[in-house]
Amino acid sequence: MRRFPLPRHLALAALLSLGAGPAVAELAYVSNEKDDNLSVIDLDRLEVVDTIAVGKRPRGLALSSDRRLLYICASDSDTVQVLDLATREILHELPSGEDPEQFALHPNDRWLFIANEDDALATVVDTRSRQVLAQIDVGVEPEGMAVSPDGRLAVNTSETTNMVHWIDVESLALVDNTLVDQRPRDLVFNADGSLLWVSAEIGGTVSIIDVASREIRHKLRFAIRGVHPDKVQPVGVELTDDGRYAFVALGPANHVAIVDARSYEVLDYLLVGRRAWHMAFDTDQRRLLVTNGVSGDVSVIDIAERKVTKTLRVGRFPWDVVVTP
Amino acid sequence: MTPTAYLHCLVGIGAREWRRFVQQRSRFFSALVRPLLWLVVFAAGFRAVLGVSIMAPYDTYILYEVYITPGLCCMILLFNGMQGSLSMVYDREMGSMKVLLMSPLPRPFLLLCKVLAIALVSLVQVYAFLGIAWLYGIQPPAMGLLTALPALLLVAMMLGCLGLLLANGIRQLENFAGVMNFVIFPLFFLSSALYPLWKMREAGPWLYWLCAHNPFTQGVELVRFALYRELAAAPLAWCLGLTLVFALLAVLTFDPRRGLWRRPAGA
Repeated sequence: MRRFPLPRHLALAALLSLGAGPAVAELAYVSNEKDDNLSVIDLDRLEVVDTIAVGKRPRGLALSSDRRLLYICASDSDTVQVLDLATREILHELPSGEDPEQFALHPNDRWLFIANEDDALATVVDTRSRQVLAQIDVGVEPEGMAVSPDGRLAVNTSETTNMVHWIDVESLALVDNTLVDQRPRDLVFNADGSLLWVSAEIGGTVSIIDVASREIRHKLRFAIRGVHPDKVQPVGVELTDDGRYAFVALGPANHVAIVDARSYEVLDYLLVGRRAWHMAFDTDQRRLLVTNGVSGDVSVIDIAERKVTKTLRVGRFPWDVVVTP
Repeated sequence: MTPTAYLHCLVGIGAREWRRFVQQRSRFFSALVRPLLWLVVFAAGFRAVLGVSIMAPYDTYILYEVYITPGLCCMILLFNGMQGSLSMVYDREMGSMKVLLMSPLPRPFLLLCKVLAIALVSLVQVYAFLGIAWLYGIQPPAMGLLTALPALLLVAMMLGCLGLLLANGIRQLENFAGVMNFVIFPLFFLSSALYPLWKMREAGPWLYWLCAHNPFTQGVELVRFALYRELAAAPLAWCLGLTLVFALLAVLTFDPRRGLWRRPAGA
């Protein structure tokens, strides 16, 4: 799941539009893979305040650009559900293809690019007409999905083929592949869309790919004192909007790496729960939330302090997380 | 006796203990090296062992080094408390205890001044250790270093009084080896200093029971919570009560002539 940064003036306008009404806390929505529900966390109080039942095995999450709708990959229900965040009710379902795992919403706020893990396909769905626009053959076990900030490229990783697949959004056709390390998972564009960061779970690396040439410019490796290298399995990647930091969730190493996004130097490793998976920033990017699948909790990182300040229990096997203001 | 006389006595005993501490630099370094070895060598091997459960006072997962630090602070207090008792036996054998007891002030006050002086010297060593640990990356909340101070002082007093009580039962300096084997090691290892109590419960109910009722465990937990700006009520009550009991028993059983009595004729 990728979060598209909301321009600051829009965020301010959204805040002002709250008027004299009661202050609304930032909320985080966490998909609990084994509980078939979402945990809702109040980020002011850092408490779970609600649980929303959804389809079977919810994994990837994505917000509409107005943050009113939440798209949920209900993998074992073979559908993408659309949740109205105001009423917390499922509005309808989208045809997603089989076993949707991760997806990305195009900046046009209409097209959803979905990775169908079991079918080696990427499905493109129009969220308004609820029609499948295209199904594109990609590598075996497609996993991560992202759309470039300018909306011209969609990219997808395939876990078994070990590739990044480049999809031209205009023609909805596969145009290129880039070989990366073993079992690529998550991918994320930097703010200007010039670089693509791709994690490789078994390879233990993050490749930074130059989007223009589609070649790897740099490869990050991780070494945590006291942790066996085999356990260092990068999955989730998040970049701050100011271009300063990258955060990489290192799976069963139970750590999140903080990387200087300019020099590519690993600055620190922070201990979180077991199997650190996906992450999301809060609205002002002061905190980062990390889902810890095996320990069933979410860790909160203070970015300025570079410290984990709190870990709170959610459901079983939390997978993805998104934040609404 | 005026309050000034009491204060004068306290300052005098404190100054003597401080001078002894300063002159014995090896003692200071050994007091530092011991917990640092545990922190840097022992804990490093177990770095990733914990982090499987969140427990108070920690809000998130912690490295083993972070867990073990309060226990190592208390280890300094424990060894110093017991070394204090060693010095009491030594003073008795050398006769310098007589000089102290010539003071017209009440004997219990003199003894507690001695325990307090040892405790204050211990605190200097604990904060030196915490300073090095901070540089090593063990960084509790800055305010916690302040809130831990009264907890550390109370635990130092508790262990000092226990040391004094034990010293009353030791006839000769050589017997101190027994204190090491039968007091310091069981107190330290059968506590929550190295492993959390829930881990001990997994190991066995008897082990857990012993650890849970160990006075040292109460001291470690009091310091652990205080270091994270929290008050642990039950450990506080235990430590206060045990300090009073140990102090009372130590004063009642104190016999300054004991060492001299047992000295062989002609020695």
